[in-house]
Amino acid sequence: MLIMVNDETHDVAATTLAELLEELGYRGARIATALNGHFVPALQRAATPLADGMRVEVVAPMQADKAACERLT
Amino acid sequence: MTDRIQDNREDNRMDVLFYGQALSFPLMLGTAQYPSPEILRDAVLAARPGVVTVSLRREAAREKTGQAFWSLIQELGVPVLPNTAGCHTVKEAVTTAHMAREVFGTDWVKLEVIGEQDTLQPDVFGLVEAARILSEEGFKVFPYTTEDLVVAERLLACGCEVLMPWGAPIGSGRGLNNVFGLRALRAHFPGVPLVVDAGLGVPSHAAQALELGYDAVLINTAVARAGDPAQMARAFRLAVEAGQLGRAADPMEERDMAAPSTPVAGKAFLG
Repeated sequence: MLIMVNDETHDVAATTLAELLEELGYRGARIATALNGHFVPALQRAATPLADGMRVEVVAPMQADKAACERLT
Repeated sequence: MTDRIQDNREDNRMDVLFYGQALSFPLMLGTAQYPSPEILRDAVLAARPGVVTVSLRREAAREKTGQAFWSLIQELGVPVLPNTAGCHTVKEAVTTAHMAREVFGTDWVKLEVIGEQDTLQPDVFGLVEAARILSEEGFKVFPYTTEDLVVAERLLACGCEVLMPWGAPIGSGRGLNNVFGLRALRAHFPGVPLVVDAGLGVPSHAAQALELGYDAVLINTAVARAGDPAQMARAFRLAVEAGQLGRAADPMEERDMAAPSTPVAGKAFLG
């Protein structure tokens, strides 16, 4: 299934948000997630199913520069 | 908001409380735009700010730059104020605040809803709405606003206990563009912690804000983009301390006419 993660398309086997993060290598990382523009708390990731074409945002604390501004809407 | 000031008699200072908490020093330092993480660390060590503001940005699984950055922030041991920097809509800002609360483990949030690209001035309508939503959800909102008194009233009415008016557009380094307006805001809300956020360029701007009675300043670009960020960070710390002491010392009134600083009585007649 094709999932957009931070604007990059990934063809993944994962069926939940938790599995997606595992598959992409985010295990143990201090991150927060949003699915189609809606915040998904860490505890709900395992119970959040994915569907083809969904947009996932994965963010972390960052020394941002001025140009960096992701769109969550 | 009668608990804004806590009398600290031991060192003869009055500590301002931000949602019930005193800052160790009335300087907030942003962590964006430094040439390197090492320079950021040196600047924080030189400024010894009361809080550092931190953003969330996209994390790539293979690079994990955010994880290294977070380790650095934790090592510094300074309380964190997450921000919603760069958000242009209520939804974006609210979602970012939710994510920040989870990542940073604090309900403090510096709320930015940017309304205009050239000046990066806040969209005050969106700001008030986002502040209301987040306050109702238990967030302790630090709203980046203008010096507009009516907007300030609305923000306080929807639960904000701190206001962060701009000095000048973000990153402009112009200092306090509207001293009259900032003075009016201070006078109208004597019990509300006020922080000048954005637009300060040199240490004297920070001293001026404290002299006007502002309770703290937030600096980022002025330090991060200085030729020597650590030295500039130290200079801002000294300026904040000078402004704070000057304010506490009860400055003289300005006057239009000269007044001799040395009394003339008893002066020898030599004409």
